[in-house]
Amino acid sequence: MRPAAMLDYSGLLPFFEWLENTAGSVAIRESILFYPLVETTHVLTLCLFLGMIALLDLRLLGAALRRVPVSEVAGRLLPVAFAGFALMVVSGLLLFYSGPLRAYQNIFFRVKMAMLVLAGLNALLFHLTIYKRVAAWDLDASPPVRAKLAGALSLVLWSGVVVCGRMQAYNWFEP
Amino acid sequence: MSLFPLFQWFEATAVGTAVRESLWLFPVIECVHLLALALLGGTVLVVDLRMLGLGLRAQPVAELAAKVHLWMAGSLAAMILTGVPLMLSEAVKCYYSPPFWYKMGFLVAASLFAVSIRRRVAAAEPASPVLQKLTAVVSLGLWFAVGFSGRWIAFY
Repeated sequence: MRPAAMLDYSGLLPFFEWLENTAGSVAIRESILFYPLVETTHVLTLCLFLGMIALLDLRLLGAALRRVPVSEVAGRLLPVAFAGFALMVVSGLLLFYSGPLRAYQNIFFRVKMAMLVLAGLNALLFHLTIYKRVAAWDLDASPPVRAKLAGALSLVLWSGVVVCGRMQAYNWFEP
Repeated sequence: MSLFPLFQWFEATAVGTAVRESLWLFPVIECVHLLALALLGGTVLVVDLRMLGLGLRAQPVAELAAKVHLWMAGSLAAMILTGVPLMLSEAVKCYYSPPFWYKMGFLVAASLFAVSIRRRVAAAEPASPVLQKLTAVVSLGLWFAVGFSGRWIAFY
């Protein structure tokens, strides 16, 4: 079913309509156990991914693990976070695949994707700039302002991703 | 004696009614519950992984556990503070939901384990690696069970 006033800026609507009617999509959507299991995996993997990211961000803000070198927190916790992120992406893609049209038309889903990109860019920028010189501030209990800014932005953006993801259950702003 | 009247009363409380009748209160509280979950999971994981010999291996277990203790206690408090109004708003549904009762059981077990055995094992000097690993596995298992059954309240 195509909502009457659905905006299709990306032009992907026909593709998602096709995807929604593939056998796999229907099977996940109608499954009794598989869908809840995928969704539970997606939610609980938050601990593995965002839990580790949040600890690193709090370290960058000088709020937690203040006497542990920043490079140690990043070096040891980011691999765990990446493993969590991989699970989030796989489970998230399966959830999207189970109902592409419902997700695509949802404003929260669109904002979530935008914030996901921004969070990624923030992390990339951090690693390409201030983190390159981490040796100079590795042991600082209170890191430089630019590192703090990256940590704060990361917390805000990833929290936004989680909030939008949860709010996707609601169709408040749909035509 | 049945707890059913108690849960009926829960649902009729001012907080339960307010959350149930509001369009946005339930989702907003749920979002905070989720964000606190990420932080609680992170603080539990970082210590349990360390006891398994992973993650922040250069930090002594006792020091690491002490460093994240406030964050763990704070996020657990946030989970309970947000979880209670969510439960009050649909108390009768929870009463009839098997996952809800599993969650409460695992929550009590995980919390008691954290403040008793896990705390002592993490603070012990000299530490026994085998005991630490065993403790970490039990802790991760219990908290996983809390989260897993929690999510399934929505399904059953």
